[in-house]
Amino acid sequence: MKLFTSTKTFQGGVHPAEYKELSENLSFEIMPNPKQVILPLVQHIGKPSNPLVKKGDDVKAGQIIAEADGFISVPIHSSVSGKVKKISTEITPSGFPKDSIIIDAADSNEIELKEPLNPETVAPEEIQQRVKWAGIVGQGGAAFPTFVKITPQPNQNIEAVILNGCECEPYLTRDYRFMIERTEEVIEGLRLIMKSLGVGRGYIGIEDNKPEAIKKLKEAAAKYDNINVEVLVTKYPQGAEKMLIKAILNREVPPGKLPLDVGAVIQNIGTALAIYDAVVKGEPQITAALTVSGYGIKEPKNLIVRVGTPIANVIEYCGGITEDASKVVIGGPMMGVAQFDFSAPVTKATSGILILTKTEENLHEETTCLRCGKCIEVCPIGLIPTKLSRFSQLDRFEDAEAYNITVCMECGTCTFTCPANIPLVQWIRLGKQRVLAMQKERKSA
Amino acid sequence: MTTTTTDNPVYKLELASSPHLHSRWNTKQAMWLVVLALLPAVISAVIFFGFYQLLIIAVAIGFAVGTEAVIKKIRNQKVTITDGSGIITGLLLALILPPNFNLAFTAIGSVVAIGLGKEIFGGLGYNIFNPALVGRAFLQAAFPVPMTTWTKPNFTEVDSITTATPLSAFKFDSVATELSTMFIGNIGGSIGETSAIAILIGGLFLIFAGVVNYRVPAAMVIGAVIFGGIFWLIDPIAYPNPLFHLSAGGFLFGALFMATDWVTSPMTLKGMWIFGLGISLVLIIIRLFGGLPEGVMYAILFMNAFVPLINRYTRPRVFGEVK
Repeated sequence: MKLFTSTKTFQGGVHPAEYKELSENLSFEIMPNPKQVILPLVQHIGKPSNPLVKKGDDVKAGQIIAEADGFISVPIHSSVSGKVKKISTEITPSGFPKDSIIIDAADSNEIELKEPLNPETVAPEEIQQRVKWAGIVGQGGAAFPTFVKITPQPNQNIEAVILNGCECEPYLTRDYRFMIERTEEVIEGLRLIMKSLGVGRGYIGIEDNKPEAIKKLKEAAAKYDNINVEVLVTKYPQGAEKMLIKAILNREVPPGKLPLDVGAVIQNIGTALAIYDAVVKGEPQITAALTVSGYGIKEPKNLIVRVGTPIANVIEYCGGITEDASKVVIGGPMMGVAQFDFSAPVTKATSGILILTKTEENLHEETTCLRCGKCIEVCPIGLIPTKLSRFSQLDRFEDAEAYNITVCMECGTCTFTCPANIPLVQWIRLGKQRVLAMQKERKSA
Repeated sequence: MTTTTTDNPVYKLELASSPHLHSRWNTKQAMWLVVLALLPAVISAVIFFGFYQLLIIAVAIGFAVGTEAVIKKIRNQKVTITDGSGIITGLLLALILPPNFNLAFTAIGSVVAIGLGKEIFGGLGYNIFNPALVGRAFLQAAFPVPMTTWTKPNFTEVDSITTATPLSAFKFDSVATELSTMFIGNIGGSIGETSAIAILIGGLFLIFAGVVNYRVPAAMVIGAVIFGGIFWLIDPIAYPNPLFHLSAGGFLFGALFMATDWVTSPMTLKGMWIFGLGISLVLIIIRLFGGLPEGVMYAILFMNAFVPLINRYTRPRVFGEVK
């Protein structure tokens, strides 16, 4: 029997098999440091960081080795103590090679920490400075510099901070484990964000398939009457910002606008904890928490690893991959990136490494569109995916623009659903890039 | 895709852009679910009209699949008969023919259904009109007498005793058939259309399986009740009550298996409602004021023509957009 059921949600969406049972009951394990870490200078949205070290330099774990370049950028800390081997272009999980600092790790677990701050007396500016120093980026996938999001700007009217505990992507259990193992700290993290932004209202959105986490959060939040735990329908993509705001505040973020425009700031559970760790423990963001799962990995795990650990090391630590493994994905199965090179490192925003098999992928031969309308029914944004995909195939980008292709958030529900197995979102992605380029050109002309 | 890392073995992996999972849906499976859902109607046909109907079904399917294969070959395209759609067209056509129908005519109907109904537009996914209904409309025009010769149920000798359908009985003789009889199916009518219960079992199965969107049949039922009800309230003697409309003729079969055809019905949710209501409006007009007793086929074909227009004007509201 379900302990919690909810009716709060959004229009559309799908119910993929969850596969959470593979890892949901496994506590976090701390993986031993690798012999070498690869730290890309871009692990976030924004300008690449500027390296402060050179080949041969000795570095300590927690030491800043690259500084933020401009406002939308973050510093990077060495995740291990050791020696800078070189600065070179290395493959990253995005599939693109990026300039990276490579460090040979020494045998040491020491980390350089800042002095701890008292969460009850800390000033908003201190929180922002600390988060900026810690190089924290959003853990929800986009890796946006967090201090930008928790620094109030003039002319902003933020009414609520929402912590995203939906974890609507199948397989991933990282946020779930956080909510169970570090319940109090999640709430304190949320309070720090609220304090930094001067916001009086906090919500934690969580899907009704996580009764144990809901229970714990509700107990922990009971002492604060301005923090609500909102139980939501289990449905993908419930954790998308727009869908989450719709479900909790019943507000719609207009096309091309941000959550800020409807008075909301969304933060991931992992981000809230990173903020807590930075403020209360003085830790920079040098670890990543991730779920290693899928039927293609021998031992699924929830792991804490040092940022920069190569995927290969993580896979090896989890017993290696099975014979029938067919795909390795960084992130969730619905929006994650397939990998072709296991030397790519875990970055600050990595939430999972999934090793999938053919059975899970469940791919079939593509046929012609049967005009069943299922893609329209499931699209949470109200688009007509089959039409957009067709426009993209035919290079009809003006038509695609008129049918709002740029609003697509690429959640993949359409492709997931399509009985004809048409790669709808993949075509839309292509068309969207072309339309955006077209719009840019028009603006500059 | 093959990849190597410094101290790891060689893996054979796929590269593709997300999403990396797919739902249980695929074309073939959906088509076979429809075939499965039609089995109760097939069984009812055998019970009420005898085993000969299986022969009609076999001929209709055989020629439908054969025609599709030949045309695909001629057009140098991949033969796609395993997708099951040709089988569905043949089966649907057979089930809406009169019992003990001529086998040669059946074959002609199948060839027309696939040839003119589907392949001429480019094959599955591109046709405008429901192929099975195109086949039946052709037969209706070409062979009007055999197409309206209704064998009495439970009488299996070919061409023996004919009977009226509930609709023609009402229209031409003002005789109302008992609703309970119509529910079971012991009445005159097309091979697979007489048993409401068999059709409902199959249709509800498709709705719960997620193949058929409930909106089209629901809109048709609501439409028939409203439009049929208006006339019945005006004159309960001259016009049949709405329940009669729902259980007579090909209404249920049309609502659950014909109007819900993915390809020829609207893609938008709002469009589905408009489509269903439109069918019922046209249907009631034909049934009450037209020269024919039955109008489900023409009503659906008529509304099929409007589907592109309906799709165009029922675009869903984009999230966050204020209209």
